[in-house]
Amino acid sequence: MEIRLRDPKFLMKLSKLGSFHQSKLSFLRSFLSEFKDWKYSRDLFQLNDKGHGRAVYSFTKDKRTYSLICFANEIKDDERSDRVIATKWDAAFTLFDGIPSKEDIDRLNDNVPKQEVGRLSYKELTLSRANKSVRVFDHVVDSLSNGEQPNKEILSKVGYLYRTTAVYGSGKFGLADRFRIKNREEIRGPFRLEMMLVYLVRQFTFDQVNHIAKNKNPKLAVELDPAISRNLGIGNSTGLGMAPFIVNHPTLLNNWIHARETALKQIREIEQVSKNEIDIFYNCLIKSLKNITSWHTDSEFQKEKIKGLIEDLKKFIKFMKEDFKFQNSYQFNQIYNWSEENLNDECIEYIVSMMMEPYDNIVNPLITQMSSDEEAHFNIPVDRTIEDLRNILENKYSEILKIDFLKDENNQNFWFISKNKEEPRIGDRYIDEGSDLEQPLAIARDINKLYEAVFTKKNSSKIGKFLKDNNHLRHVVRRAFIAEKFPYSEIQDNTIGSKLVPIDMLRLKLSFFGAIKFDPRSDKWLRICMFQGAPLPSELGNFDDKWIYKS
Amino acid sequence: MRSFSEIEVTTKKASKAIGFSWGISEEVGKNIRLLEMFGLPGLKNLNQYYKIYKISNFENIDEISASNTPKTFYCPILSGLNFFDQSSSISKFNEIEINKIAFPLIFLSFVSRTSEIIGKRIFLKMDDKEFLFNFNESIYSNYLTGDVLEKSDKINLKFLDNKNSFTEDDWSEIYNLSLKTYVNESDKSRERTAGAGLTDND
Repeated sequence: MEIRLRDPKFLMKLSKLGSFHQSKLSFLRSFLSEFKDWKYSRDLFQLNDKGHGRAVYSFTKDKRTYSLICFANEIKDDERSDRVIATKWDAAFTLFDGIPSKEDIDRLNDNVPKQEVGRLSYKELTLSRANKSVRVFDHVVDSLSNGEQPNKEILSKVGYLYRTTAVYGSGKFGLADRFRIKNREEIRGPFRLEMMLVYLVRQFTFDQVNHIAKNKNPKLAVELDPAISRNLGIGNSTGLGMAPFIVNHPTLLNNWIHARETALKQIREIEQVSKNEIDIFYNCLIKSLKNITSWHTDSEFQKEKIKGLIEDLKKFIKFMKEDFKFQNSYQFNQIYNWSEENLNDECIEYIVSMMMEPYDNIVNPLITQMSSDEEAHFNIPVDRTIEDLRNILENKYSEILKIDFLKDENNQNFWFISKNKEEPRIGDRYIDEGSDLEQPLAIARDINKLYEAVFTKKNSSKIGKFLKDNNHLRHVVRRAFIAEKFPYSEIQDNTIGSKLVPIDMLRLKLSFFGAIKFDPRSDKWLRICMFQGAPLPSELGNFDDKWIYKS
Repeated sequence: MRSFSEIEVTTKKASKAIGFSWGISEEVGKNIRLLEMFGLPGLKNLNQYYKIYKISNFENIDEISASNTPKTFYCPILSGLNFFDQSSSISKFNEIEINKIAFPLIFLSFVSRTSEIIGKRIFLKMDDKEFLFNFNESIYSNYLTGDVLEKSDKINLKFLDNKNSFTEDDWSEIYNLSLKTYVNESDKSRERTAGAGLTDND
């Protein structure tokens, strides 16, 4: 039986994409699998009794070394902010390509804590900063210094000691351009080095908290129990910066979604699923319930989503116990079809993620296909005809062409870049200033304009000729020809409409990162947790790859 | 040092700010990155061009022909873009002459990309400077000073046929040398080491 890939017109709606969850394809999980046989070491740890100073951690294999350089600084409580306008952080980090010399570390000490206003070099690969969750951090220090383990309930409400507020890579602020490293075997999956930075930062937070506790009370202090450490991740506070990324990288977006959809298709096509495979799926699902029910959020929007997810999962478990026919063939197709008919998007996508768990053989080859050589698809095929372009627009953008942009509500918002921090923002076109400097993220609107423009043109006319008089539409002509080859490259929705929920765009990207515990703080930013439950670096040689369901 | 990614993103935004569309700005960003990667001073030339862009009256080449002459000076971006967009039709000319173009180095980036699209090397002579564009993989040139080139009075472009740079004699000699890495055959060796039989007829 051949199952078709899910239709992009249905899948690429923002509400659907905003219901995606982590899976075996997620970058933090594939990072751990890739680096499990690398040698981990803590190469430098020079902190004072307050935990301020520098530290270096590394992963090494053969002749390659990646080193995380940490700078922990003293800041006042009123200087601590997760907002992008902050200028000081509890700690700042960079991932260095190789083994840093003392001169490198001194140079970076002058720049890394400054973040966006510092300068990095081609030797550095990623850059980040993080703030303590002060309440949890202080509680852990106090407990350990008194010879006790911290209260697990307090820890579980937050889930981490530090929260990063940005992770930069790919040439930002002078960091190495991607072309310098793209052919390295170990970084074939997207965001591998960003994941490495976050993972090593997590270990730094444990070492730092142990170090401070020990210095506070050398006689009585104990170390944080590894089981508790394992259950702590790294928080991340994420704003609108992620949203334009998924619009600006269409082939990459396609490759992420295409990998997920290919996995789903291949799993649904399995005629005889073994009992063991169903058990793995079902056990992960049951174990993950603990994780879902431990999500804490003040967001009514997210509370409703979690509530709906839990209710749907209960329905699904009832189905599995009472109505699922294991003896019938194509068991996962049965499960998927039942889910589509009976559950909401949040739970359907949750189940899709779980369905991948038994299948390393299907998922692992797809992981290496999730990067993209975007340069290769930049040129517009100027030799093609207007008829070709019109066909693409009608076939690939039919949902978008239904949107009436004469209505104000469909033009309500505009995306812009703030001058002070060069960060993306979204404003109300009819209230906020700056719409004349709108970013090219209103793809649906501009595709509609393009469709109007080609409507009256001769079928046989060439695209090169069309562009001569229509260069204002050049950016969407390029996208249309990309969409022709990459079916999941476009969000099939209006990114400037009044009903837009920007965090849907953030959640899509974060789900591929492998984030859990989505905690929206508004419709424009949210907090998440990464690596909660993950093995510690010293345990990487032998770990259960379903760790994420045990946190 | 600024990364190539920073150069691309910033020149793209600067191009939008000066008045080009987002689509054209994307092209400029890519092209300046390309020039800088090839070691040519793209950003410096673009910066100088944008300083005078709004106060000068640069022209566009609408349809590229064998000989192109403006009243004032051609804009290297719009002309370059038209050159690129008309790549399939312009290669019918063996040679193209473009007179009076401002900041011609910016125009060259479009020529380099055109070389890749049409699958031909392009030789370009600009005043006393020569450039050979190799399918957008490299640019060979005698221009190494890194100066800003404010204008060129005359550019000549020649589309080079896809032919080898060596003679058949050169090839034979090299080929014969390569044969020395092979093992001589015999019926016995064919029988013992080849996958198929001794006769090809069946």
